[in-house]
Amino acid sequence: MNAAYWLPVIFAGLMGLAMLVYVVLDGFDLGVGLLLPLADDAGKDRMVASIGPFWDANETWLVLGAGLLLVAFPMAHGVVFGALYIPVLLMLVGLILRGVAFDFRVKARDPHRPWWNAIFALGSLLASLAQGVMLGRYLTGFAEGVLPWLFALLVGAGLSAAYALLGACWLIMKTDGRLQARAIGWARHSVAGAALAVLLVTGVTPLVNPAIAAKWFALPQLFLLLPLPLGTVALFALQLIILPRLARRQAVGNDRYCWLPFAATVGIVLLAFWGLAYSVFPQVVIGRMDIWQAASDPEALWIILWGALLVLPCIIAYTAFAYRVFWGKADSLSYQ
Amino acid sequence: MELDALALARSQFAANISFHILFPSINIALAWVLLFFKLRYLRTGRQAWMDAYGFWVKIFALSFALGVVSGVTMSFQFGTNWPGYMQTVGNIAGPLLAYEILTAFFLEAGFLGIMLFGRPRVSERVHTFATLLVAFGNSLSAFWIIALNSWMQTPAGFVMKDGRAHVSDWLQVIFNPSMPYRLTHMLLASGLTVAFLLAGLSAYRQLKGDRSAGNGAALKTGVRLAALLIPLQILVGDAHGLNTMEHQPAKLAAIEGVWHTERGAPLLLFALPNADTQRNDYAVGIPHLASLIIKHDPDGEIRGLNEFAQHPPVAKVFWSFRVMVGVGVLMLLTAWFGAWQLRRDRPAARLDRRLLCWLVGMTFAGWVATLAGWYVTEIGRQPWLVTGVLTTAQAAGQATTSMVAGSLLTYLALYAGLLLAYVSVLFHLAKKAAGQADAAVVLQEVQV
Repeated sequence: MNAAYWLPVIFAGLMGLAMLVYVVLDGFDLGVGLLLPLADDAGKDRMVASIGPFWDANETWLVLGAGLLLVAFPMAHGVVFGALYIPVLLMLVGLILRGVAFDFRVKARDPHRPWWNAIFALGSLLASLAQGVMLGRYLTGFAEGVLPWLFALLVGAGLSAAYALLGACWLIMKTDGRLQARAIGWARHSVAGAALAVLLVTGVTPLVNPAIAAKWFALPQLFLLLPLPLGTVALFALQLIILPRLARRQAVGNDRYCWLPFAATVGIVLLAFWGLAYSVFPQVVIGRMDIWQAASDPEALWIILWGALLVLPCIIAYTAFAYRVFWGKADSLSYQ
Repeated sequence: MELDALALARSQFAANISFHILFPSINIALAWVLLFFKLRYLRTGRQAWMDAYGFWVKIFALSFALGVVSGVTMSFQFGTNWPGYMQTVGNIAGPLLAYEILTAFFLEAGFLGIMLFGRPRVSERVHTFATLLVAFGNSLSAFWIIALNSWMQTPAGFVMKDGRAHVSDWLQVIFNPSMPYRLTHMLLASGLTVAFLLAGLSAYRQLKGDRSAGNGAALKTGVRLAALLIPLQILVGDAHGLNTMEHQPAKLAAIEGVWHTERGAPLLLFALPNADTQRNDYAVGIPHLASLIIKHDPDGEIRGLNEFAQHPPVAKVFWSFRVMVGVGVLMLLTAWFGAWQLRRDRPAARLDRRLLCWLVGMTFAGWVATLAGWYVTEIGRQPWLVTGVLTTAQAAGQATTSMVAGSLLTYLALYAGLLLAYVSVLFHLAKKAAGQADAAVVLQEVQV
């Protein structure tokens, strides 16, 4: 085993980690954005307050993920984002709109506030849909035609439902009272959508991509893979049990285990991500390029690896610290 | 690749990076100014400093958000529009970009939440420390990206093998010949941008009837900071020019509009550089002054564009430079006159109305000068993307003309809208703060 073999493997792992952390962290705040139009004005303020201290840092994980693809697999960065030119553009427009609306909505004139709220929600929706479409296009190896595009749109809708679920569960954990009750309702609705999405994506992926099908249904790997769907089913079942019970208890002012739906959703995301990573690895552009073909020179990867090994633990530590500081129920934000 | 798509891709990159640089140029220095306000508050215990902090941290949050989202765009641009860039110099650009993300982006974003909203939840010391780390992260980010940009201007510490650059000495790569000058020039530019923003918005609040101590403190800080930094910036700019003469003589010839090598070159105040006739039309200049400034000798020889097989477009570089220097001169006059008006702790409240109006007019002077300066250095590097290694045309990707045109129009519309919203929200916040300060004063008077 030489460095030229395992450095790209390590970087594929780091990139996967960055994308996973991004999907969980920005997933919940994009989800809160998706749900914003459903709340009343006080609820809207509280929802935004619950993600206020975090969203800048959450989005940095996307920069890290895309940045690692750029610096570690430059050949793939050009191919992937060249093929995804339009969905990437739409995602960026969405992210820009929601990011600025977030700050503008509290600072602009009062009559403009509903507009910024709408832009916040629309930007979140655009970014979520576009990210799903990117994933869907990626999984088909950027195949042209009606069917692959339908699949991509389906993944877009599915990922949006998953983000909405993450967002709702985040709100269950971070708020109380009326908003929390409503968030439980939103979670109960989006859980069905997310489950349907996971089911459809899992079912359709091997159909649109025979290479992935071959990887899934080969023996004995099939048995090693089985815990993924079984675990996912178990976590969805847990959601279906816990959410109604939480709704009943919440109504009488008891929200113990309010963190459980969020934890279960993160578990679902982890399993789905693991399944995707297993399906794709060691390809970086499906059917065209593996990680070794796309990788930078080992000399560059070494330098970055040392930096990452040194700095990533610090990043994780101070990110955890920031979440610790804002632990518990979100209060209204003020700059003082 | 056809020329149109290349021109479009360049326009798109220019639009994105121009929009992006507006916000870091505020954030880098504003973070330090906020730390200054906080430390002054801790030292003196005067609420005025904390009021100034409370107002300007909002501006910081807004600018930071715009910086983050426009920066995310940048990380996708390199690969989509300029794939040849990473293929050729990825061994250098990759690690520098990775270190910027890992050491700087996360640091600033990670502690931003605590800096903005955490004061009720953490000790005063932790909050001050978070502010310090955000400021440090912002400047560190400037360090990495300017190291990379300077390397593209004046590459060093590498060898070419099979068409790819390989690092031979990282210290030479990072501290390449133009890097110290460009970094200092940019950090000072950020300081001046913020100084005039502070002065301009505070002057606007004062014109709207705000006599609060917090606003006065911010106004004084802005004017004095500008008066302090502008002479430094002129010195550093001069040194940077000498550095450009040594390492990028074609850029310098374009800046000065010297078509043919000449001794005792005049400093052109006005001219229309004409690429067809290779001379300047309607030139008005001060004899020998360019030679005196650049060579520190009135009869010094300046190499002309005729000596370079490839050179940048002259008129754009020539005029961008004059805009930058012109704004710099206005800054100098404004800052020193303002500082003189505020000498020996004269209260800001007694400033003349006309001066206040002028300061409001100069609010975004820093943006104009910074953009113009970046146009000088970036257009001045053309046709190279990495001087002597890779041309911009070689690095361009396969995206079709219609696609790039579509994305460019989308970005332009979005950026125009956001810029309008940003500027109007800034003044709206200032007006609102002025109204509140006014009400507070009235309330005090009633109570008395």
